[in-house]
Amino acid sequence: MSSTLSSRVTAGLGVLGVLLLCVGSYDGLFLAPADRFMGDIQRIMYVHVPCAWATMVCFSVSLVGAIGWVVDLGVKAKRAGVGAERRWGWDDSLESSIEVGVMFGALLCVQGMIWAKPTWGVYWTWDPRLTTVAVMELMFVAVLALRSFVDEPVRRATWSSVATLVAYINVPLVYFSVRWWSSLHQVQSSTESVDPAIRIPLGINSLAILFISIGLMGLRTRLAALNREALLAGDDAGAAAGGAS
Amino acid sequence: MKSKKLFLVIAIAVAVSGVGWVAFGNLGENLVYYWTPSELHDHGDKAQGAIVRLGGMVKTGSIVPGDPLTFTVTDGTAEVKVLTTEIPPAMFREGIGVVVEGTVDSNGTFESKRLMVKHDNSYKAPTGGKMPDQKEMFGTLADDDAANAGKTPVAAGTP
Repeated sequence: MSSTLSSRVTAGLGVLGVLLLCVGSYDGLFLAPADRFMGDIQRIMYVHVPCAWATMVCFSVSLVGAIGWVVDLGVKAKRAGVGAERRWGWDDSLESSIEVGVMFGALLCVQGMIWAKPTWGVYWTWDPRLTTVAVMELMFVAVLALRSFVDEPVRRATWSSVATLVAYINVPLVYFSVRWWSSLHQVQSSTESVDPAIRIPLGINSLAILFISIGLMGLRTRLAALNREALLAGDDAGAAAGGAS
Repeated sequence: MKSKKLFLVIAIAVAVSGVGWVAFGNLGENLVYYWTPSELHDHGDKAQGAIVRLGGMVKTGSIVPGDPLTFTVTDGTAEVKVLTTEIPPAMFREGIGVVVEGTVDSNGTFESKRLMVKHDNSYKAPTGGKMPDQKEMFGTLADDDAANAGKTPVAAGTP
């Protein structure tokens, strides 16, 4: 019951996010001024920056899922008191958040390349920010690949939790890459370096894409839970059938 | 169960030490995307021949149009003269940050094979009603193929 309610709430947030994205993008494309040097190409930041934040949020959710699974596994080993439903919830949300994060990460790279060609003069260069983002994206894709190779649910959850803990190193690396190393990519903007008229659509779209990512994660988590329940039920049925024969 | 836990502990230790190593170790010095003009001078003869990247500001008044286009890259203390036959991106102008990829000759002149313009983190509306020329901006996309098509045989002929 509660899972249906929460998936309705997250789906509602997702719809709200789509509406907000329309409002923010209208503001960003037609009302906000273009950058004094870059011109209209700057407007891609209204989706590029929100996608970057959404990617970070999704991967952070997967970190929480990974830690939750590992901790509950440890607790269970000591005193078998943790409910199975909560334990599996960590793994369901890990699966969904990595998938949604990888999707936003791919969008992020494509948007960045479209912006980079007219601004920098190249689609891609092995700049620290671009390199760390590419490594981060590939490592989370690798976690998804790992999941698809492991059929046994408990082992799959444990392995992908550990892989997620390792892959998550990339998230702070991506964030600080522009500060630690000299890069072509600009450092994070501040409120002083961005005009208020440009900040408004950026803020609206950031909220919009955050809501959309929550909506997608909510729906995908429900799907993961249904898949996993079917898999566990199938295992039980298989075991029962095996025991009977 | 015990080996599983050990595996987890080792994985977490690897993750934490990985971040620490990158954050506080020397890795930063080995992961250099570009050199500043001062760093390029520090490397002296060693910088010659190999393909390197140089980053800095385009010195005011140093741009000499033509083929090759020449300009000076500065970091405030040292300067390097750069020449390029490439069409610069529309954002290229005096005082902007650039990263050039190419080789240094024995005179210390940097021959750029690739010119990239760095945009800073400021996003401001134009003042005085002047807007950037969009046609010129997107012109770089169209010109690129034509320019590269003409250049490829030259580049192939000079190793």
